[in-house]
Amino acid sequence: MNKDKNETQNAEGRMKNSAENIHPSSFIVHHSPHPSLLKATFAIVRKDLAAEFRSFELVSAMLVFSLLVIIIFNFALELDIKVREAANAGILWTTFAFAGTLGLNRSMSVEKDRGCMDGLLLAPVDRSAIYFGKALSNLAFMIVVEAIVIPVYSMLYNVNLFRLDLLAVILLGSIGYAAVGTLLAAMSVQTRMREVLLPILLFPVAIPVLLAAVKCSSGLLAGDAFSEILTPFNLLLVYDVIFIAIAFMTFDFVVEE
Amino acid sequence: MIQVKKLVKRFGLKTILRGLDFSVAQGEFVALLGPNGAGKTTFLRILASLSRPSLGDVSIAGHRLPHEAAQVRAKLGVVSHMPLLYPDLTAEENLQFYARMYGIEEMDARITEVLDLVGLEHRRKDLVRAFSRGMQQRLAIGRAVIHNPEVMLFDEPYTGLDQDASEMLDEVLRSVAAKGRTVVMTSHDLVRAEELATRFDILSRGVIVASAAQKDLQNTNLLAFYKQALAD
Amino acid sequence: MQPRPVGLKILDVVSIAVLAISAYLALVFAPTEAVMGDVQRVFYFHIGTAWVGLLGFIVAAIAGIAYLVSKNMMWDRFEVAAVEVSAVFFFITIALGSIWARPVWNTWWTWDPRLTTAAITELIYIAYFMLRQGIDEPEKRARFGAVYTLLGGISAPITFMVIRLFRTIHPVVIGAANGDQAKMNMDGDMKIAFFFALFAFTVIFADLIWHRLRLGALEEKVEALKLNSSM
Repeated sequence: MNKDKNETQNAEGRMKNSAENIHPSSFIVHHSPHPSLLKATFAIVRKDLAAEFRSFELVSAMLVFSLLVIIIFNFALELDIKVREAANAGILWTTFAFAGTLGLNRSMSVEKDRGCMDGLLLAPVDRSAIYFGKALSNLAFMIVVEAIVIPVYSMLYNVNLFRLDLLAVILLGSIGYAAVGTLLAAMSVQTRMREVLLPILLFPVAIPVLLAAVKCSSGLLAGDAFSEILTPFNLLLVYDVIFIAIAFMTFDFVVEE
Repeated sequence: MIQVKKLVKRFGLKTILRGLDFSVAQGEFVALLGPNGAGKTTFLRILASLSRPSLGDVSIAGHRLPHEAAQVRAKLGVVSHMPLLYPDLTAEENLQFYARMYGIEEMDARITEVLDLVGLEHRRKDLVRAFSRGMQQRLAIGRAVIHNPEVMLFDEPYTGLDQDASEMLDEVLRSVAAKGRTVVMTSHDLVRAEELATRFDILSRGVIVASAAQKDLQNTNLLAFYKQALAD
Repeated sequence: MQPRPVGLKILDVVSIAVLAISAYLALVFAPTEAVMGDVQRVFYFHIGTAWVGLLGFIVAAIAGIAYLVSKNMMWDRFEVAAVEVSAVFFFITIALGSIWARPVWNTWWTWDPRLTTAAITELIYIAYFMLRQGIDEPEKRARFGAVYTLLGGISAPITFMVIRLFRTIHPVVIGAANGDQAKMNMDGDMKIAFFFALFAFTVIFADLIWHRLRLGALEEKVEALKLNSSM
């Protein structure tokens, strides 16, 4: 307690001095009043990654959760070699989807709980910078988790998941999921049910992206040529484009008052 | 600097602000006083461009809300009772983030200036998580002035602060206001308001019911004025 | 409460009449289907309710967009009415489909694209109501509801396309079928019953929406009275 008090008194002394020393003219700040969309977006991503790099709270929670889901699947489905070959893609995407909601919820609550969302909204930047910034950070968290889960899964079940086409599918699937998820998480944190509501809102509208991704992944894992999975792959692309566009257009309505 | 005419704000069927008129000249420090539920926070959120007016005109620094919100935001610094800071970042990183969001060049020099102003230069590299409530609130003020705003809005800045911290906040608020800035502060703490403000407006049931400049209050005290205004 | 406007009274009567006629056409007038037998008669109402469920979904998405553009609360009431009515009809569709499927497909349920999409759509409706329930402020509720109907309205057709990649056994009634899929051939009288059912349920849909809109207006009045008495 005492130490605390000394601390604040010292600070007070310093503060008084500095307040007197600063001449009003030194307050001219050079700034372009409106940073570009790109700069503001990356400022948000950078902030989220820096905070996460310090605590690893979000990624480690997602990761442990993912591994638990995989273990539960292993016993629940009695994954012998035959079942597994058909189920690999489904298990992976279920895991990513569940872990994804965990991350989406957390990343939005951080903004909501301490009023930081207001801080973002007060900045003279376009609202879409906030959407894109949060969506990119959420995507980054998902990718980090996937980058750890995929090799672990490959090792546990002796299946090679490191293929460029499969990784492209995983990336596209994650993009669509994060795009809708960010919009819906921004909505659900503002409701009374908060975290509970996100999966209920998200899963029914994210089913197309999840199923298309499963279809692509299982095709690729079964050794199909890329041309054979072209239809679900195109649907994946279509979903990504449409839902990024819609989320971009409606995000304003979700954060304004 | 701030012009508000016939402002109405409704939430569904509830009308919070009922045709409120309000204007502030440059350099004034206005304390907005009133009982809970009078609409102080709602009003301040509209000035801060966080909430849209249902009816009426609001203009700040020559820009109209909500259409020119981006221009207003560039000239506005807001401190609320929540710190709007990220606990897992250091003081410096928090300010860097907001500096980027305001497009500030020569970021480091500006951050040093701001940290000096709020007396936290020695805690520059410390996580905000480890800060006391008072320190967080001072850093929040630093965050709000990072782009050197012309107009400042304080929403109950003393919430949750002890005596020492409140006194330090007085100092910071004074030095922030001293640069010719226009300030509007909501508060239910009449003592603090009396020390800082140059004008007192009383808000009740969604309208300003009374207004008095500090020099006009020489003979009566603020508490008597406040009670009188609410009784009418 | 204000008395029902004349137009609504007429529509009520017409709704009951067309429902009765449609029932007659489906149950008596239309010939018995050769392969499936009498259970096929369920199909006329099944299609009628499914059509209305779909219509409500589209109407809701359009009302949502109209709300976001105009911020007029009337559109919000319209959207809620459309979602509520079509959620009920969709549920009836699924139930009737199950009754039909039990003897014909020998199962209450299959994971066919149409069935699965119907189930997912029903879940979107439920999520929509849960979302609205969690928000106190009417404007915010309207905004979030509109955004969600928009998302749901666009994701549902994509869901259908994706699930179709995993095979189907659902009969294709209208439009091109892919070769070996089950086809239902309708003769002239069946077509009359079929199209009349579509018409009848559209009328009933309009009637129910109208009632729901009036109910929405009353709800607002109640809220206003509560507010006044508490102040």
